[in-house]
Amino acid sequence: MQQIINLVIKYKTTLLYLLLLLISLGFTIQSHSYHHSKFFNSANWISGGIFSMSTSVSSYFDLNEENKSLLEENERLRRLLLNTPTPNELSIDTTAINYTIQTARAIKNAYAGPRNYITIDKGKKQGVTQDMGVITSLGILGIVENTSNNYATVQSILNTRSSINAKLKNTAHFGSLKWNEKQYNVVQLEEIPRLVNLKIGDTIVTGGSSSIFPENIPIGVIQKFDLTTTKNFYNIDIKLFNDMTNIKNVYIISNINQEEIRELEEATKNEQ
Amino acid sequence: MNNNYYFINTIRFVLLALIQVLVFNKLNFFGFINPMVYILFLYWYPIKENRAAFIGVSFFLGFVVDFFSDTMALNAAATGTIAYLRPAIMRFVFGVNYEFQSFRLSNTTKAQQITFLALLVIVHHMIFFSLEIFSFANLLLILKKIVATTGATLLLCLLFGSLFSVNKE
Repeated sequence: MQQIINLVIKYKTTLLYLLLLLISLGFTIQSHSYHHSKFFNSANWISGGIFSMSTSVSSYFDLNEENKSLLEENERLRRLLLNTPTPNELSIDTTAINYTIQTARAIKNAYAGPRNYITIDKGKKQGVTQDMGVITSLGILGIVENTSNNYATVQSILNTRSSINAKLKNTAHFGSLKWNEKQYNVVQLEEIPRLVNLKIGDTIVTGGSSSIFPENIPIGVIQKFDLTTTKNFYNIDIKLFNDMTNIKNVYIISNINQEEIRELEEATKNEQ
Repeated sequence: MNNNYYFINTIRFVLLALIQVLVFNKLNFFGFINPMVYILFLYWYPIKENRAAFIGVSFFLGFVVDFFSDTMALNAAATGTIAYLRPAIMRFVFGVNYEFQSFRLSNTTKAQQITFLALLVIVHHMIFFSLEIFSFANLLLILKKIVATTGATLLLCLLFGSLFSVNKE
């Protein structure tokens, strides 16, 4: 017994190091599963507070640019509105609304690592919950992963764990959107069968079969495609519409029917 | 004297962590290079301190940086490792005389200081990027990131080192 204690005392630094290493590896490996840690993410009040403080200063430097992009978006939406044949009275049937939308500001953005997260300044108190979709005025951005009271982390599409349903615009051919961590402005679309007729420059939008994003949200254009080694599916590189290095104002989309869809899918899965 | 040590190191800890997460994590040179200047904390940390405390503090510093950058415990693992290996690295670089009471980092040659810092940075980055990417299929990507980021970190650390050099008493 004495010897064991002596041994522990002799190697206490090594043991301490090994313990700490084990803890950190535990966290890291656990984070390779779909949802990473609930507790250790930047959506907490300390880091969220510091990031939003720094953003509130740095956001002044590009107010001009930001204004311009918002004006452009408004212009596009106005054009759509004016050119759509409207019924005599503009009434919105609240029972027919499927999606609600709210704005937020990105306070932290990352795109250099293999698993990138964006932190936004809206959280539980504002009704943001896990698995809501996040977009910008240009296109898709990611999915809400963790929330705290006032902040939320968004799993960016530039994340090796991200997988989003996407399709060719105006067709029903859909596949899943992944990222191979090589370039921050190019993502990959998988599982498009070879019989589909592709052209470089074709637009890719979100597909309708996910309960997170509505259909037809722009993602990007085809930059390059070739067949996989099995020759059954295409490997498609997509150039994103979004400039992932410059994320300021974002929109959070929540599907009102998400829970119902989720429950139904769960029930179906359980029956099988 | 002793109080002063704690004070200086606490300030260093906070400032380096803040500079890391607010400035250098947003740099993204060429889209992927984010220098990790917080390693300077381990370079500057007093030599004759309790080793266990040093490893604990370094691990915690890495953890704080992880907290802000959503990288789980990658920085913590890498920083803890170089904290553990630091005496071995110092013995390798400075020879046995670093154990003497009169040894000071500022009394060593420039080449020795740079080698010491470079070894810390290289070991840190090797562990960090291997764990971050975690696949041998991307060995080339790991190597590219290690080489590029090591260069950037080393350059910035040397610049910072000469800006805020430990006062020669």
